[in-house]
Parts: sequence; C-alpha cells; structure tokens
Amino acid sequence: MERTGIFRAACLAYRRDLLLAFRHWGQVVQPLVFFVIVATLFPLALGPQLAELREIAGGTLWVAALLASLLGVELLFRADHADGTLEQILLSGQPLAILVVAKGFAHWTVCGLPLVLLAPLVATSLGAPTAANCTVMLSLALGTGILSALGAIGSALTLGLRRGSLLLGLLVLPLAMPSLIFGARAIDLAIHGDSARGPLLLLSAMLVLSVTLAPPAVAAALRISAE
Amino acid sequence: MQPYNCSGLSASGIEFWRGDRRVLADVSLEVGASECLHLLGPNGSGKTTLLRVITGLLSPEQGQVAWGGRNTRSDCDGWRADISYLGHSDGLKPELTARENLVFETSLRRRLQDGEVDAALEQVGLAAARDLPSGILSAGQRRRLAMARVMLAAVPLWMLDEPYTNLDAGGSTLVAGVIGRHLDAGGAAIIAAHQALAIPGHTPRRLELA
Repeated sequence: MERTGIFRAACLAYRRDLLLAFRHWGQVVQPLVFFVIVATLFPLALGPQLAELREIAGGTLWVAALLASLLGVELLFRADHADGTLEQILLSGQPLAILVVAKGFAHWTVCGLPLVLLAPLVATSLGAPTAANCTVMLSLALGTGILSALGAIGSALTLGLRRGSLLLGLLVLPLAMPSLIFGARAIDLAIHGDSARGPLLLLSAMLVLSVTLAPPAVAAALRISAE
Repeated sequence: MQPYNCSGLSASGIEFWRGDRRVLADVSLEVGASECLHLLGPNGSGKTTLLRVITGLLSPEQGQVAWGGRNTRSDCDGWRADISYLGHSDGLKPELTARENLVFETSLRRRLQDGEVDAALEQVGLAAARDLPSGILSAGQRRRLAMARVMLAAVPLWMLDEPYTNLDAGGSTLVAGVIGRHLDAGGAAIIAAHQALAIPGHTPRRLELA
C-alpha cells in the first residue's frame, strides 16, 4: 500500500477546496460584492470630484479589500469544523501545516484573486489613472495574500467560538495595519506618477514573513480548536 | 483484504479533566491483533473522550498511549496514519457526492486502486447513491458512507464511536460484518456503543467506564 506524499496531499486539499467553492459560489462572491459596495460608498459620501477622490483612492481600495477579505476568511475553516472533516484532516497523518498552506492558497484563489482582477475597475471609478493599474493590482495581490495568511490565524483561533466574527476583526485588523499603510502608500505614489518600488518591496517582505510564519500558527490553533 | 501488521495498542493510567470534573480516572486498556474492545458506560461516562484521547485529538493530564511499544506522542503523524476514526459527526462534505467524499478522504492517506471506491460503496449498499451529494442522503446512509471511508483507509486500528447510530437493522448487520472481516484480517478495533456489537465470529472484550 502506497502512502500519499505531502505534495500530492496538498494538491488534493487545494483541488477539493476549489471544487467546494464552485459548488456554493454564491457564498464566494459575497466578499467580492462587498468590496465593490464599500469602495463605491466613498464617492457617494464625499462627493464626485475626481481630484478629491484620487487623493483617497489608495486608502479606500485597501480598507475595502481589508474588510472584504475579513468577511471571506471567516469561512475558511468553519464548514470543515462543523461537518467533522477538519477532524478527519487532523487525523489523516499528513502534516497539518502543509494542508493549511494548500487550503489558504485555495482560499486566496477564490477570494483574493478575483478581488485583484476587479481592483482596476474600482480604482478607475475613484479617479485613478490607467497608468496606476499595474501598481494597484500588484499592491492588492501582495496585500490579499498577507490578509489571507493573517486572517487564517484569526479564523483558526476563533473557530470554536459562537460569536467569533467580531473577535476575528479585533485580532486581525491590528496585525494588518502595517500592510495597510504601505499598500495604500504604494497606490498613492503610483497615482501621482511616482515610483512605488519601496512600499511594494516592503509589502513583498511582509508577504514572505506572514506566509512562512502563519501555517505553523494556524496548525497549532486548529489543534486547539478541535479539542 | 490484505492481512494487517497490527502491532498492538496499550494505554495506561489515562486521566482526563474537563474543567474541574474528572472524566477519566486511571483508565488502562490493551488491544492486540484480531481483537475488539467494546467500550460501555452510561451517557457522559467518557467513552468519546477516551477515544479522542487515544487518537491524540485530546491530551490527557496523565497516562500514555503506546502503539507497538512506542509512545504515540513521539510520532504523531505516523501513528495517525495507522488509525481510522469514526466520530459523532460523519466527517463528510455535504456539497460533494458520496464518491467524491470517499476519493478525497482516502487519497489523502494512500493511493487508490481502480474500482476500489465503487466496490466499497457497493459493500455498504450505496451503489445507487454514489453520484448524489452526501448532503441529501439520509442520516443512516451518511453513517454507511462514513463506514465505507473507515474501510477504505485500510489501516490496522479502527476507532468507532457509536457506529450503529441511525442505522437500520440491515445496516447494523452490515457494519458488524465489515468489522468482523477487519478483525479476521488481523486488524483491531475499539468500539464505543450502547448496544451489543454482535460481530460474527468474534466476542469483543468489554471495558466498562464508570
């Protein structure tokens, strides 16, 4: 009997989560719609002057993306915990941290990636020049990755709690602040025609840091939540 | 079915507290190849807790569990690759079909041969439901499906928590037969159940929890 290797197990977990996302895509689209709605609230509240909107475009995009990803990440482990499949994954004899990476990447594929692809549209509606689109997407691609990793820790920690969503926000939002500062700054610089290299490199470093440190933390939190 | 190389489980002096209530007090047990241990006791006596402590999902305050003479804590993933656990919840994804559930859960552990999953589905009487989402199956059918997952894992030690829940008379006989064949092949099983197990050809040892 041939045991399943780590890489194959991770691919399986990734494929399964994508399949599950497609089976209930209504739930998957919700954070995306939320992102668009929150970003549209700002022009409505502040007035339609493009020059003014352009000044706040970076911050608006990032705050909207932050809240949307918080909404999505809450569901990352909840269903698995409720139907007992999390228990089976824990007992599968595969290293949990690797499966967590696969699950997190699947989550980013269905929640983060569409948001990144939609971002130029929202940015344009906030008056950002098309030349800034590349930076907008890059900044949010790195950002949603960081937010998925941080959110996964919060989601795993608040798994067994009945009203975990508020606590999730309290746990994750402070940790997300540094990336918010540099991510919004990068877009701001690009909108004004400057090079956004510095903040983007810092964001990349943060992504590397959170993606390497989060999986063991998530795995430990899941083991506690499964007790 | 291939014969197992079952190395024997022994747990000694297990003590477990939940808050300020002692759920398990100095519980010891041993299970060897072709043996079945029947955990009995009233509701709340700690049968599920004991099973979860043995799997390692819960850590006991005292005592240890050894598999083939080695402490299970020292090689947690290796130990878990040798056991299959059926808990209170069936551990099935309602959105996936019966077949997809089995393929995923089993492939996570080992490489599947062609037709193995369909044969297992047939064995538990779910051949007609193989392409239905497990969410629309009845509670009894889901229990059968969960039992098929345990079978397909092809591991030496089964830990079953109330395997007969929601099963009809036919289903109970079927599950007892499946457990019997597992024991015939040299496997071992620890089963928490309120009713008699009625495993053909085997008399389970009983362990009463107070």
